[in-house]
Amino acid sequence: MVQSQGWVRRYFKAFCKGFFVAVPVAVTFLDRVACVARVEGASMQPSLNPGGSQSSDVVLLNHWKVRNFEVQRGDIVSLVSPKNPEQKIIKRVIALEGDIVKTMGHKNRYVKVPRGHIWVEGDHHGHSFDSNSFGPVSLGLLHAHATHILWPPKRWQKLESVLPPERLLVQSEEDCLVERLTEEVAPKWKMRQSGGKVRTDGYREGR
Amino acid sequence: MRVFLGSLGLEQIFTLTGKNPDGNSLWCSGPSMEPTIQNSDIVFAENLSRHFYGIQRGDIVVAKSPSDPKSNICKRVIGLEGDKILTSSPAGFFKSHSYVPKGHVWLEGDNLQNSTDSRYYGPVPYGLIRGRIFLKIWPLNDFGFLRDSPNGHRFSDE
Repeated sequence: MVQSQGWVRRYFKAFCKGFFVAVPVAVTFLDRVACVARVEGASMQPSLNPGGSQSSDVVLLNHWKVRNFEVQRGDIVSLVSPKNPEQKIIKRVIALEGDIVKTMGHKNRYVKVPRGHIWVEGDHHGHSFDSNSFGPVSLGLLHAHATHILWPPKRWQKLESVLPPERLLVQSEEDCLVERLTEEVAPKWKMRQSGGKVRTDGYREGR
Repeated sequence: MRVFLGSLGLEQIFTLTGKNPDGNSLWCSGPSMEPTIQNSDIVFAENLSRHFYGIQRGDIVVAKSPSDPKSNICKRVIGLEGDKILTSSPAGFFKSHSYVPKGHVWLEGDNLQNSTDSRYYGPVPYGLIRGRIFLKIWPLNDFGFLRDSPNGHRFSDE
């Protein structure tokens, strides 16, 4: 009688010990090192989800690589959507801080990416809710770097960090007429700081 | 080892943070939240509110700085998405307003004269918020929950 109760208690104790170690370790791993996710939508075609809704790609998301917020142009990254914090979006990094981007469909034609921000775009232009809609995103919203496609098996591959050829960056300020350059921070917020008045169309008076 | 792993779970819920001029990632520094939080105070932040989207107007939050993701800012939430914010001086004759965009919050420090906040860099995406500060534990003569904003007028929708 005592013996049969004994093994149940020992089993229960061992289970609890294992459980309360394994769960924090697993949660921390998935949160800080790597996890997998299914990609939905067509905004990254043809790199991701070329088959549309018939077959969604599953990608490996590497949190460890972005723990210091280091990304390169051309990386495919997942980030918290600036318009909806409950959603993650997956896009390609087109420009880093200080770069000047020629936008496609944004309200300003040229945008200089502010400090601590990046410019992201989906590969499927026109079908993508990206920086052309919401402007540069803060690096703090970066979630992970998508490094491989894991599923379906015939699409198993490493995702390359290449910039699409038509998205080469403007090299210098002289390439775009300097007086049309606008800084992508809503000009009103900069009013007090710059001293001079900034009109709402982005031009600065009294320069 | 067990204490360490147990604390991994707690870290998702609580963070000990403070205002201190060293470069550590959980510290904020500066005079922007005086008199509510002074430099070298130690406060307790909880991470549950942000996961369940329970941050409200008047909460003091720790967020990643929009221009430097490795440093933190410690401000009060003045407006949530859709709120109307007064952007001109309250004493001015011509008042200008703007609306906080979807998915963003408007942050201001309590020490309005000496605070770089949303009045400078614009609304902050909700995803940058790391936690909500709810308890001050040091100095002991100021122990307890944090006071309401001394700038009550900033909360009016007017």
